[in-house]
Amino acid sequence: MQVPAPFEYARATSVQDALELLERHGPESHVIAGGHSLLPMMKLRLARPEWLIDINDLAELRHITEDAGVLRVGALTRHAALLGSDVVGRLFPIVHDAEKVIADPVVRNRGTIGGSLGQADPAEDLTTVCDVLRAQVVIVGPAGERVVDVAEFHRGPYETACEQNELITEVRFPIRTGSASAYEKVERRVGDWAVAAAGAAVQLGDDGTIADAAIGLTALGLEGLATDAAAVLVGQRPSEDLIAEAARLAAEASSPVEDQRGPVDYKRHLADELTRRVLRRALERVGATATAA
Amino acid sequence: MQVTMTVNGTEVTRDVEPRLLLVHFLRETLGLTGTHWGCDTSNCGTCVVLVDGEPVKSCTALAAMTDGHEVRTVEGLAQGAAGGGTLDPVQQGFMEEHGLQCGFCTPGMMLTARALLDREPDPDEATIREAISGQICRCTGYATIVRSIQWAAAHPAAAPTEQEVVA
Repeated sequence: MQVPAPFEYARATSVQDALELLERHGPESHVIAGGHSLLPMMKLRLARPEWLIDINDLAELRHITEDAGVLRVGALTRHAALLGSDVVGRLFPIVHDAEKVIADPVVRNRGTIGGSLGQADPAEDLTTVCDVLRAQVVIVGPAGERVVDVAEFHRGPYETACEQNELITEVRFPIRTGSASAYEKVERRVGDWAVAAAGAAVQLGDDGTIADAAIGLTALGLEGLATDAAAVLVGQRPSEDLIAEAARLAAEASSPVEDQRGPVDYKRHLADELTRRVLRRALERVGATATAA
Repeated sequence: MQVTMTVNGTEVTRDVEPRLLLVHFLRETLGLTGTHWGCDTSNCGTCVVLVDGEPVKSCTALAAMTDGHEVRTVEGLAQGAAGGGTLDPVQQGFMEEHGLQCGFCTPGMMLTARALLDREPDPDEATIREAISGQICRCTGYATIVRSIQWAAAHPAAAPTEQEVVA
């Protein structure tokens, strides 16, 4: 039987209250939202917080709001709510692609976007999605609010810019006209972590060339975006040859490790193939047709 | 600490350790052993109960986090007194279509099915399979579970229990 080590529990009534509780109970206090990453770690005694600060009552962190040029998503927004949101699907189809393959439907009822990003598991899907969409994370702490780019937020496996006495409150996605995105993952079975996954976003210029592109990889040993791969796309007309070249560079930028989910050459092959697929799909969604090779 | 929640329509208040998981609160503190405790890692889904109408894996929730909420377990599916009440169409469906063999996954499967049908009374097969995809059955190959849920969708009014038929 897996049981967490003893801890004290407090339920926050507001963002301010959560910050005060974190401050009062010190470095061994930890925020809990959906709990689907933290509780399993506590059961395995990989995490042993002395205090849990439950933020599930903070309705002010549960919003999906389309503003001028930006989609604001509250940190406590559940995976299921993201998947059920029409505005999210319309503006950022990559989020729906990813959410369909994050854990399973029951887990998605509890897990949150803030929790996923905060956990920063290297095989976590939303980090890649946020990278590709060049999202920003809003963090509040004793010194007030700050907004950091996802690239800066994510400091490596299980490490982020959010300090122990701070709280992730919102994720902001810039809305770009003439753009689309896609995500695809290979997993051994429903609910498993990715063997490998890739995400891409593209923006088309008025002349039909690619104005901007971003490519990210999950569970493939790449921190941040595959910048060289995206760079070859910019200024070019979409074509199968171009997609193949970008995918080749993305695979080259990956550095997968062999584990029970597969050997290195297989994972590098997936980096190539999945990058092709997400680029094709993102281009299709934005209305471009890649000319055949 | 003290927690108060509504379980199958009845308000309960108990003193618990903050680290007590919801599944153990239901099974051991309240004696409601219909909720099964399986993998302990939020993979198998036999511990699924409804919290405020939504399926949740109760091995990965604290009783403390459920304070103030409404829980429905497999014991709360049938309407009326135990033995003499009316089975939920989902329970009837699992009987009609042999939706279980060993029965270990059944409580979680039935509650997920109930939540699905509450949200979507006439789901297609793909929707049913997606809804139960976070739950593992090692007996049926899922085919009869899918048929059981389809049966329940086709018979939304609770069917009489065998006892009532006999009476």
